[in-house]
Amino acid sequence: MTATAPAAEATVRKSSPGTARGPRRRTGRLRRVGLPYLLLLPALLLELLVHLVPMVIGIVMSFKELTQFYIRDWSTAPWAGLDNYSVSVDFDAPVGKALLHSFLVTVAFTVLSVGLCWLIGTAAAVFMQDTFRGRGLLRALFLVPYALPVYAAVITWVFMFQHDNGLVNHVLHDQLGLTDKPSFWLIGDNSFVALLTVSVWKGWPFAFLIVMAGLQNIPRELYEAAALDGAGMVQQLRRITLPSLRPVNQVLVLVLFLWTFNDFNTPYVLFGKSAPEAADLISVHIYQASFVTWNFGTGSAMSVLLLLFLLVVTGVYLALTSRGRRTAQ
Amino acid sequence: MSTPRSPMAPPRTFLWSRRIFLTLLTGFVLIPVYVMLSSSLKPLADVTGAFRWLPTELTIRPYIDIWSTVPLGRYFVNSLIVAGAATVCSVVIAVFSAYAVSRYSFRGKRVFTVTVLSTQMFPGILFLLPLFLIYVNIGNATGIALFGSRGGLILTYLTFSLPFSIWMLIGYFDSVPRDLDEAALVDGCGPLGALFRVVVPAAVPGIVAVAVYAFMTAWGEVLFASVMTNDTTRTLAVGLQGYSTLNDVYWNQIMAASLVVSVPVVAGFLLLQRYLVAGLTAGAVK
Repeated sequence: MTATAPAAEATVRKSSPGTARGPRRRTGRLRRVGLPYLLLLPALLLELLVHLVPMVIGIVMSFKELTQFYIRDWSTAPWAGLDNYSVSVDFDAPVGKALLHSFLVTVAFTVLSVGLCWLIGTAAAVFMQDTFRGRGLLRALFLVPYALPVYAAVITWVFMFQHDNGLVNHVLHDQLGLTDKPSFWLIGDNSFVALLTVSVWKGWPFAFLIVMAGLQNIPRELYEAAALDGAGMVQQLRRITLPSLRPVNQVLVLVLFLWTFNDFNTPYVLFGKSAPEAADLISVHIYQASFVTWNFGTGSAMSVLLLLFLLVVTGVYLALTSRGRRTAQ
Repeated sequence: MSTPRSPMAPPRTFLWSRRIFLTLLTGFVLIPVYVMLSSSLKPLADVTGAFRWLPTELTIRPYIDIWSTVPLGRYFVNSLIVAGAATVCSVVIAVFSAYAVSRYSFRGKRVFTVTVLSTQMFPGILFLLPLFLIYVNIGNATGIALFGSRGGLILTYLTFSLPFSIWMLIGYFDSVPRDLDEAALVDGCGPLGALFRVVVPAAVPGIVAVAVYAFMTAWGEVLFASVMTNDTTRTLAVGLQGYSTLNDVYWNQIMAASLVVSVPVVAGFLLLQRYLVAGLTAGAVK
């Protein structure tokens, strides 16, 4: 059932088209053209059902006055025009002010978390590039935080951050005497540090994994040639390792950014339904705005604004990074 | 003097910084794991008072109590069914899609890949409520219960891992030489025969990697599980919070339960991480 008609042949990406001429079949062409779509159909339908259609509905909801009174039959909710948006971005009023604060907290959190995850992951991968005794064991060990289910890992941190019976206060206060009195970690300003710690602990192994895989694609000979030319470790890192990792890093940083910015699981398990102000990440904030105050219209408007922000950032990021890529290809 | 692996002996400063860095990192990684393990073997008095590095006595009592304090067994079965089914479906669907994108050129290919990948950036919170409404409406219209059922959760979770799985498998399939499936086509296999007899067997590490990822995604998800399940379909992600909403917080039981629910995924992950690295190396990061 290989392609026979030239038009169909053009639709098949093959390294050597036309070498294989199979039996002529009338349905051949249709199947040729239709097959890729057929193969994509299940994925497409599911993406439509779970992601795309709900997104459209979410956008529609953001223009409705969807409060608790209308939730039973949301199609009867009156149109609100841009009210939900103007409430969300009115930074002088409480709702907008809280959203802006949450947004800024999330930006700071994401930048720090992604930066630290990348740094630790890359450093660990580079240090473990050469074989040494126990490397395999260490590698498996380092992947444990990533492999642990989020809730199991975060709940352990909740225990460690407890005021009276947690490990963190025991070490910092009782054993090292660094603080005057035991601190609260899950409420107040410290909660930002707590959230960042957990996020980095959980996230850096992913960076480690990806960078490690990226390093394996760097030809060994490059290092050998550099070493013969007298390049030291630092120079090899700067001249070979980091430039070779650039395409990997571009994707890695984007993925980490999106995951961290949208992260709901970590703050939700760490703090419960109401996050402390200092660690009020945007996804939990919107969750609260929607489900706790039962104002789904405003919640949807906030989600749409968040999506627009992520689209713009991703678009700009891809435009900036793909320029280098295209010339490389 | 030079061995093929390291042409030059690394300088001493490098060795020392490596030693220090990796030791500190090991501590950072292991302390929570140690807390989980040691606390799960402590009597309740040890976890309610000031933190102790070592238990006053070792007990396996928490491991017995966890099953009766909350219906952990049921949550466990639910999670297994949901994550298992989501993984199988997600992998099969991703294999089909990735094969289409990798081997055919067709109108809308770029739109498809960009759309699927861009769903990765959607905040879950944006489509949580609409999806809930869709499931309820489908239930009302057709009688197929998606809301509150395992089926609905399976559908939801499998799309969560789909974008990354497709993306990774495209890269992996691209690395399988086209000559192989062309030879199969010449031999009279249909395109699906070529896919399952040639491409899939050659891409096993990539497929295993994707399966591991899909399972972990489904096993660990909290947000949708907390909204879309009821008492009988509750999964571990939500069920585990049952220990801490009680008046007494049974930290030893929470730690024991956390350990029990982690063991299957961590063990599976560590056994298969070799494939994950190989899969990423050949596929995604190439």
